[in-house]
Amino acid sequence: MTVDEALPESRRKEVVRQGVSVGVATGLYGVSFGALSVASGLSVLQTQALSLLMFTGGSQFALVGIIGAGGSGTSAIATASLLGIRNGLYALQVSQFLKAHGPKRMLAAHITIDESTAVGIGQEEPAAQRIGFWVTGLAVLAGWNLMTFVGALAGNALGDPKTWGLDAAAAGAFCALLWPRLATGDGRAAAVLAAFIALLTIPLVPAGIPVILAAVAAVIVGCMAHGRHERGEDGLPGADPTP
Amino acid sequence: MNTWTTVLVACALAFVLKFSGFVVPARLLEGPRISRISALLPAALLSGLIVTQTFAGSDGRIVLDARLAAVGVAGILLWRKANFLVVVGAAAATAALLRLAGWS
Repeated sequence: MTVDEALPESRRKEVVRQGVSVGVATGLYGVSFGALSVASGLSVLQTQALSLLMFTGGSQFALVGIIGAGGSGTSAIATASLLGIRNGLYALQVSQFLKAHGPKRMLAAHITIDESTAVGIGQEEPAAQRIGFWVTGLAVLAGWNLMTFVGALAGNALGDPKTWGLDAAAAGAFCALLWPRLATGDGRAAAVLAAFIALLTIPLVPAGIPVILAAVAAVIVGCMAHGRHERGEDGLPGADPTP
Repeated sequence: MNTWTTVLVACALAFVLKFSGFVVPARLLEGPRISRISALLPAALLSGLIVTQTFAGSDGRIVLDARLAAVGVAGILLWRKANFLVVVGAAAATAALLRLAGWS
């Protein structure tokens, strides 16, 4: 690879500021995760372990949501892992500009999430991409864990979670995570089909399984979109699979 | 499975998925159909989670209660471009107030 030109100081500061502000803003959501996790029956330590070691918000919310609803550990793990697949795809993109090896690469993998990838890819110069990725990832890691702890302690102090509507807060959090993914037609189709699958299977299978069955909607819509492409109807709204 | 096992296995798998992107050759995962399906997976799973968190009662019955109203409020706020924490807080408040008023 070519040697990067040094990044001007003003530009470096700009990228660092962007990463830190994303870290602070995202970290705040950690409060809701901490409170919901404890409300779902996890201990403060288990809650903190998830934020520190799993460190991918959607999967964490899904795991505690399914445990809280009485789903099996296996279905909770499966759903969290299916949601975590996208991080592997982000890592493919991040590895293009990040030249990290050994333990540094392990740390880079750990902080490969929506926010760090978005800020990294969003920069023009390779040096700025790397700074953006590292600063954002580490800032989110710090903020998310700190606020998870605050939320877990608060959740513990609240008592019965239903009195405070914390069970409904989980559904609200999933709505907020889903919302940006409804921008494309395929996203909307997958979401609607998944909702039907989940609704129809709730009475038939144990808790936690309807969510995994809902994942089939992504396969169906993904394959149908493929057919559309083959028939040359490209350029339909939402045909672009990129999130 | 005890909760600690669930937590730690899920954490390990989350890391494996992230790390795999750094070591697996890109072409293995870049087929158009595979990338379309994996791009749609979060939408499908989150939608499934919303439905189960909203409608599933104990012993697998479908229940209509304060959670449905909370999700409705969340949807309206998202449509009005509200912030994540506002949406989550309003959903909780809606359910809490309805329960205070005596509705399930």
